[in-house]
Amino acid sequence: MSDAPLNVQEDLLKPSHPFKEAWAMFRGNHAAMFGLAVLLIVIFAGVFGPIIYQGDPFDMVWAPFSPPGEEGYLLGTDYLGRDLLLMILHGARVSIAIGLAAAFLTVVIGITIGALAGFYKGWVEEVLMRITEFFQVLPTLLFSMVIVALFGASLPIVTFAIGVVSWPPVARITRTEFLRIRELEYVTAARASGVSNWKLIGRVILPNALPPIIVQAALMVGSAILFEAGLSFLGLTDPNVVSWGQIIGSNRQYILDSSYIVTIPGLAIFITVLAISLVGDGLNDALNPKLRKR
Amino acid sequence: MLHLAPGDVADTIAQSNGGADAEVMEQIRKDYGLDQPFLTQLGSYITKVASFDLGYSFFYNRPVTDLILERLPATLLLVISAQLLALVVGVVLGVISARNPNGMTSHFVTGLALFGYSAPVFWTGILLLIAFSLNFPIFPSSGMRDVTIEGGFFAEVFDILRHLVLPVIALCSVYLALYSRLCRSSMLEVLGSDYVRTAKAKGLSDNQVVYKHALKNALSPVITLAGLQFSAVISGAVLVEAVFSWPGLGTLAFQSIIARDTPTILGILFFSAIVVVVGNLVTDLVLRLVDPRVGGRA
Repeated sequence: MSDAPLNVQEDLLKPSHPFKEAWAMFRGNHAAMFGLAVLLIVIFAGVFGPIIYQGDPFDMVWAPFSPPGEEGYLLGTDYLGRDLLLMILHGARVSIAIGLAAAFLTVVIGITIGALAGFYKGWVEEVLMRITEFFQVLPTLLFSMVIVALFGASLPIVTFAIGVVSWPPVARITRTEFLRIRELEYVTAARASGVSNWKLIGRVILPNALPPIIVQAALMVGSAILFEAGLSFLGLTDPNVVSWGQIIGSNRQYILDSSYIVTIPGLAIFITVLAISLVGDGLNDALNPKLRKR
Repeated sequence: MLHLAPGDVADTIAQSNGGADAEVMEQIRKDYGLDQPFLTQLGSYITKVASFDLGYSFFYNRPVTDLILERLPATLLLVISAQLLALVVGVVLGVISARNPNGMTSHFVTGLALFGYSAPVFWTGILLLIAFSLNFPIFPSSGMRDVTIEGGFFAEVFDILRHLVLPVIALCSVYLALYSRLCRSSMLEVLGSDYVRTAKAKGLSDNQVVYKHALKNALSPVITLAGLQFSAVISGAVLVEAVFSWPGLGTLAFQSIIARDTPTILGILFFSAIVVVVGNLVTDLVLRLVDPRVGGRA
């Protein structure tokens, strides 16, 4: 019985894992949990939807422009009589896959450039930051349109085009974090004990710089999905693959007769990106200890 | 980089003339200097760009600079009005919601911010188009002016404004969300600071404190953000131009990409970069006006 208070003390002394703490914060955030749930549903629909609801999204299945709910097709058919539900499900795969891959590329480029600039400072930083500014000045969409137009409209190229133009914010955040952390005592201690530069960057500084980068990466997935939607809306994507933006782009002329063909895929993009930004905001609150106090 | 792409202008010209044999293709290439080594072409391009000669568009058969200057005003009009509208409305909404953090406007700003972040700008544009030019035909659906309108200068200006409304609203929705949210948080921060308390303590009215003292300091992060967004706004304008057939640079870029018109594409990228740089410069100047402390550091 007399042990009880002591146990409490020990519990407090045991360092709780930072991710556990962050998860606890995140779980308490209703909006973020809601976003996560919606996101999981969208991912589920993208992964398993086409398996459960089989068919070729390019097949003409019914008369064009049949409205949602009527005549057996839940979301109706588009201008070529293709099943809109099937197209949306297949589009989810493409949008999410490109969003994740492009965001990954963005983060890899951004972290590399930001880390090198922030760690080495001096002329390395000068050169890398000038390059970053160069990329920031060019309007991203125009730039990636040029890339897609040049190298051909295929999914890897679209992913590359999105990733290669949108990394500057990540690089800036990484650099700022590196500049701050490299002066901290534990980094000096590690350096004094003879840790190599690469290990300092990868093992000592980077893990501590990650929280704001993770938040940015989450938001990047959302903006990459929007980006892909914009490109495919303009027709700059693989014409043999269905994506949400492409459905809107190809049905744009027919909004006079049937606005739902344009509204529904847009809603899919909107809901997905909304869910991602709710999750991103939640991550921000959970991972940024300064904000917790407010 | 553009040289890595398969096919060149000669192909496009040949296609548009209904095909040509190899000999004619060679002649075309020689005429336009395409047979020169890549570095020679690059070198002469850079020298020309430095003197604002962006080359010749073989597709439109006109100098690129002329072509771009003709389209530039339309894009500038769209981009600048969207930025201004987003800034003004964003700041007003931000201030109102910061003064009453749990009020209606505050919830509206939070909702708007989420919508602005997540809705694709071309989709917003199409929704506006469906609502206000098909269902309730208040505004025209496409283009920049109506050729049938007569009646002097003011009628023309009014006509352009009428065409401008929907594209600008569509484009500014994203940035309105960004600015109002940032203004709200920076205003909340400033309102909690010591000097605001002092101003209140010496008996100034709430309005005076907010608009004369607090707003000045709350504005600078918003203006800084607006400056950083210029290149993003131009990207958005490309999509909005596509939705509303606005005769600007975005439409030109899209057409010339399809036509493989390399000089025009490069010229547009070059010009849009200039617009962004000038935009940043103007932002810095405005920032100095609002916050004199910035001048000392720069």
